[in-house]
Amino acid sequence: MSGSEAPQVNQAAPGRSNDEVVRVEDLKVHFPLLKGIIMQRRVATVQAVDGISFVLQRGGTLGLVGESGCGKSTTGLAILRMLEPTAGRILFEGEDITAYDKERMRPIRRRMQMVYQDPYGSLNPRMKVRDIIGEPLAVHRATPTANAYSERVSQLMRLVGLLPDMAERYPHEFSGGQRQRIGIARALALEPSLVICDEPVSALDVSIQAQVVNLFMELQERLGLTYIFIAHNLAVVRHISDRIAVMYLGRIVEIASRAELYKRPLHPYTEALLAAIPVADPEIEARRPRQIVKGEVGSALNPPSGCRFHPRCPKVMDKCRSLDPLLTDLGAGRAVACHLHATA
Amino acid sequence: MAEPLLQVRNLTTRFNTERGRITAVDQVAFDIDAGEIVAIVGESGSGKSVTALSLMRLIPNPPGRIESGEVIFEGRDLLKLDDVGVRAIRGNRIAMIFQEPMSSLNPALSVGLQVAEPINLHRGSPWAQAYEAAKDLLGRVRIPDAARRLASFPHQYSGGMRQRVMIAMALACQPRLIIADEPTTALDVTVQAQILDLIKELTRETGSSLLLITHDLGVVARYADRVAVMYGGRIVESAPARVLYKDPRHPYTIGLMASVPRLDGDAGRRLVPIEGQPPDLGELPLGCAFSPRCRMASEPCRSARPALTELAPQHWKACFNDVRL
Repeated sequence: MSGSEAPQVNQAAPGRSNDEVVRVEDLKVHFPLLKGIIMQRRVATVQAVDGISFVLQRGGTLGLVGESGCGKSTTGLAILRMLEPTAGRILFEGEDITAYDKERMRPIRRRMQMVYQDPYGSLNPRMKVRDIIGEPLAVHRATPTANAYSERVSQLMRLVGLLPDMAERYPHEFSGGQRQRIGIARALALEPSLVICDEPVSALDVSIQAQVVNLFMELQERLGLTYIFIAHNLAVVRHISDRIAVMYLGRIVEIASRAELYKRPLHPYTEALLAAIPVADPEIEARRPRQIVKGEVGSALNPPSGCRFHPRCPKVMDKCRSLDPLLTDLGAGRAVACHLHATA
Repeated sequence: MAEPLLQVRNLTTRFNTERGRITAVDQVAFDIDAGEIVAIVGESGSGKSVTALSLMRLIPNPPGRIESGEVIFEGRDLLKLDDVGVRAIRGNRIAMIFQEPMSSLNPALSVGLQVAEPINLHRGSPWAQAYEAAKDLLGRVRIPDAARRLASFPHQYSGGMRQRVMIAMALACQPRLIIADEPTTALDVTVQAQILDLIKELTRETGSSLLLITHDLGVVARYADRVAVMYGGRIVESAPARVLYKDPRHPYTIGLMASVPRLDGDAGRRLVPIEGQPPDLGELPLGCAFSPRCRMASEPCRSARPALTELAPQHWKACFNDVRL
């Protein structure tokens, strides 16, 4: 159904519907910590992402949530191959792109794009909006004539709810919400199938966030886009995602459908995250049981032994301190990495 | 009924900018009772932080100036005090917790010294004694191993721990009022909850009042007794928290509530955004600042500013129309 509604998008992958857009298998992204200037030696390794796997179907939205240092942004960048994976496999529309070099990534890049968090820092202040939005078209020589270029830029601006006659202006003339729309238009210029959105609304004012969240949802319906939506705000993620992966210190600790995850969180960390977020209703808040998890996120440089959440976990058991729990499939697309839920 | 601890009346603060004079805080009035937690909510440019800074007389002049108003605290008008008088109150009777714990702490001084400083300054305690008190304070804000951590520097603390240090400093002189300006915005979700719980617990314990400045309606719902909603430099609605959430009466408040995704809301449903942009204080409309974005706006809204009027005891709104959720 989504295929027939979005003819302009599926040029790149004709006739495919309901298939895998992204498959990540045991992905690791480690950063060496070097010491010395001439004789550099590795003194430690930051395990930013340490063995994560997931599959994302066309037209779906996977929410990646977690606190700082959990590896959610690194995961996004690794899928785009803007960071070099240390191990594991990344399949994009069935194609193993893990070892692709720059040249071979070029055509793939057209189909995977990114929307960034900061609409102030991510747009070149010296470029006019038409060139910011049109730059990907120029780089990939996607529009044959100047006319076609202008036409496409206007079309993109209308698509994201900007007036095409604003094309000659500079970013500083726009508000935060409008700038984020410019960033989205740019990301959509080459008709990608996958858009990775890294905290796309967290820098925006509360009343503007809803506008941008709605825009993402509308665009998905119209263009059949697939999203990876990275955020720390569980309420926003819940709103837009149909599947959600909760990350902690480089690992996925729980992955489930939206309905399941919020109704019945299984991992103690998921529970803690949900409990930490206040609901905008004083009466519900007064009744809500409060269980605030102690401590702060550990270091990815030297993650705790066993389960990485164990130093903060209210339900910690002896084996959690030494034995690293595996992500265990519980069926119905749900998996959790916790000894409490390990099927014997 | 006892006098409120703090009474703010007609507070107006203006700034000279390249684009002319802007009114960041426009005739703001509210009270804080002893032991009460009052929240000011608003988006960027609503004037919530400038209100907080004005109370503490921390508006840089130039470019800013408190034009008029009264801030009556413990029977004295803070706006009429000289610098010495204000300094005797600031950090002593009224303390402040800022958003950025890293930039609010001196990176070159040990944490113990910084927590001890207000005690030495305001209480006249000798340093050794103030240092001892600082150790107790760090323990009270649940910094583990406080005695050893006194000698550490801010960079050796995590973000959450630094904010705990800020809280310890704020509590040092047993203030009657603590002003917390977005105290957890820079922190991780689980740490946010820890810090806000700690602030609430400690204010309850010491009986001091708290003015909480935030943009987060969830935080307000969880912690505040009373709420003032600011928009374009003015308070547009204020009420006890439960009343405000159950029966918001200003279109902006109603709009905010509908636009925020909630953990317990209908997922996947379209949010109802407030159209348009937050106001530009340099170009405020003649009438109600919210009128360009308001679905209910009619002619009077565009030509005159509605005054804050009392609908029911303690429930105030500044809107000509009768709107309900």
